[in-house]
Amino acid sequence: MAKNTFTAENFTKLDQVIQKYADKKGALIPVLNDAQKIFGCLPMEIQKKISEGLNIALAEIYGVVTFYSQFSLEPKGEYTIGVCLGTACYVKGAQKIIDRIKKEISIGVGETSPNGKFTLEATRCIGACGLAPVLTVNEDVYGRLVEGDVPGILEKY
Amino acid sequence: MEIFRSHVLICGGTGCTSSGSETLIDTFNKELEKNGLTNEVKIVKTGCFGLCEAGPIVIVYPEGAFYSHVKVEDIKRITEEHLLKGRIVKDLLFKEAVEEDQIRSINEVEFYKKQKRVALKNCGVINPEDIREYIAFDGYKALGKALTEMKPEDVIDAIKKSGLRGRGGGGFPSGLKWEFTYKAQNDQKYVACNADEGDPGAFMDRSVLEGDPHAIVEAMAIAGYAVGADQGYVYVRAEYPIAVNRLQIAIDQAREYGLLGKNIFGTDFAFDLEIRLGAGAFVCGEETALLNSIEGKRGMPRPRPPFPAIKGLWEKPTLLNNVETYANVAQIILNGPEWFASMGTEKSKGTKVFALGGKINNTGLVEIPMGTTLKEVIYEIGGGIPNGKAFKAVQTGGPSGGCITADYLETPIDYDNLIALGSMMGSGGMIVMDEDNCMVDIARFFLDFTVDESCGKCPPCRIGTKRMLEILDKITSGQGELEDIDKLEKLAANIKASALCGLGQTAPNPVLSTLRYFRDEYIAHVTEKRCPAGVCQGLLSYTVTPELCKKCGICANKCPVNCIDGVKGKEVYKIDTEKCIKCGACMEACPFKAISKK
Repeated sequence: MAKNTFTAENFTKLDQVIQKYADKKGALIPVLNDAQKIFGCLPMEIQKKISEGLNIALAEIYGVVTFYSQFSLEPKGEYTIGVCLGTACYVKGAQKIIDRIKKEISIGVGETSPNGKFTLEATRCIGACGLAPVLTVNEDVYGRLVEGDVPGILEKY
Repeated sequence: MEIFRSHVLICGGTGCTSSGSETLIDTFNKELEKNGLTNEVKIVKTGCFGLCEAGPIVIVYPEGAFYSHVKVEDIKRITEEHLLKGRIVKDLLFKEAVEEDQIRSINEVEFYKKQKRVALKNCGVINPEDIREYIAFDGYKALGKALTEMKPEDVIDAIKKSGLRGRGGGGFPSGLKWEFTYKAQNDQKYVACNADEGDPGAFMDRSVLEGDPHAIVEAMAIAGYAVGADQGYVYVRAEYPIAVNRLQIAIDQAREYGLLGKNIFGTDFAFDLEIRLGAGAFVCGEETALLNSIEGKRGMPRPRPPFPAIKGLWEKPTLLNNVETYANVAQIILNGPEWFASMGTEKSKGTKVFALGGKINNTGLVEIPMGTTLKEVIYEIGGGIPNGKAFKAVQTGGPSGGCITADYLETPIDYDNLIALGSMMGSGGMIVMDEDNCMVDIARFFLDFTVDESCGKCPPCRIGTKRMLEILDKITSGQGELEDIDKLEKLAANIKASALCGLGQTAPNPVLSTLRYFRDEYIAHVTEKRCPAGVCQGLLSYTVTPELCKKCGICANKCPVNCIDGVKGKEVYKIDTEKCIKCGACMEACPFKAISKK
């Protein structure tokens, strides 16, 4: 399972982030970005804290969190597999890559494996069209893929 | 100052970084040290060279030797042979860089010869993390000229005369935008940069930010001076970490050098910049949605008018341009508007950067004068279609654009010509498709994208695009009827006429343009229940060609639903199409290519 990130230390970090942005205009999204980096996700508890710190209604914060695809209410797996479904990757067969991953780890797009290891996402164009089709596992990028490469890549993690 | 006899330029753009250029840099440094060359050869990590297909790319100057697909193992040879002994390692060069034993430098290679680099001038040339290199290439000279020799009106006049139009998609004359913001009366104004490059398949803005971030900082300061703003915001996609990092370094360095902050160039002019990160919403590339997002709200578009030039960020007049537009500004100020207007066509001046991708040999970024034909870009610069396949269409303008067929390849590229063909310039994505791509499937792909990215504010886009997608799903799965095609066209017209913002108004374009040029493919899906390109799973059936079948039984073993029958060694195998789930496992497994899909 992914480790618990809701520690006192991390809450102190969040306070510092809120303080840093408190006087800036349009602070909410930068604070949410940083908060997600600290905790890995943005559940209600964190949103409440930000609501108090920035003096913005919780409903408004929830509205923003659910609008943008980068923000997640639930924790993600240890490794996030992002398969690029940009046009260049799509015309070069990204759909086959994603289907193969689904088969290999038995989860659908947007789901996390029961052991908390992998989250599978179909991402927007990451701009590495020269390497199409592309997938990322956390920060690692794998390009010029064929379906058969998938098991080998997953084995590394 | 240190003088080096050789410079090794290594691409540090996203494409090459993904294929390991960071490791190459470390290895080069070690090799140089081992050979005692650290004082003679300098390693420079640059921005994108453009030819991503050949990455990772290493260029060695003064020769301009163009090494492609460089691996860690190759570095020892390049160091010992080329850098130490002065012998270019021919077999590691880019294939077109060697011709009958003649070595061609990077600028003589076909891919670069036809290009004209304005917006990408410094990309792949300077180290983007060092402001001194930018300054050495006339950096911040335009800002100095504007502040000390020109009045704000003169700057606006220069941009107007240059004929520069917005490079983000719409093609609105930039000078007019600047003038509107300048004329708006208010005590506070803002300048903003749209770096929320969301069109799938377009990555020029990222490359400019990665390869030449100071060009954007300088241009925004010039814009601030022209319209009377002291604060700027750059809105960048969070998916571009390298770009964000380099832009931040550039802003910090500019502050340190007094090129941002108070009393710039000893004048009263003050200007500062801040980066704001997107959080993954395509609609935020729409200008009013972007402004809402910078303000910390849901990125939903606002009705226009009022336009941002009158009421933008926090209701204040705001000048918003995209990255590539800004990348032209400093050079227009320095070289004069006439120079810029001398390039391009009558109504579209200057150059445009395109991201070539899909089924094309030379994937990458190309910058060409407006008016270059599609054919020149695809065949001469792009090197044509790989694997001997036939060209089918080129898609421009992303989810807002359309497809252009072989009949129109002689068309000179400019804003108006592309619109006349039912597509658009957009931000410059150019995805080439070959005979293996199904156009109905591509239309469905783009609709799927817009449905997902529709913000939900206005019903035509929220509901209309969803209905269109349902019809396309129906057609691609073999359930379509002829009247569905009429329904698609009717819906498309209504959505175009009534959606609130550019996203919705252009969402039907991929469907309309494929219907215009590939109506027969739609008809084949509907009446013959057949996908001519062999893509739509629901319409495919797998069959064994009896003459090729060697009765080995491998296919039957691989089939997950046991729908292949036959007797090993005695009887040709047969697929029960009723039970078949069309996974393709048998076709992949057959060693004799006896299974085909139709």
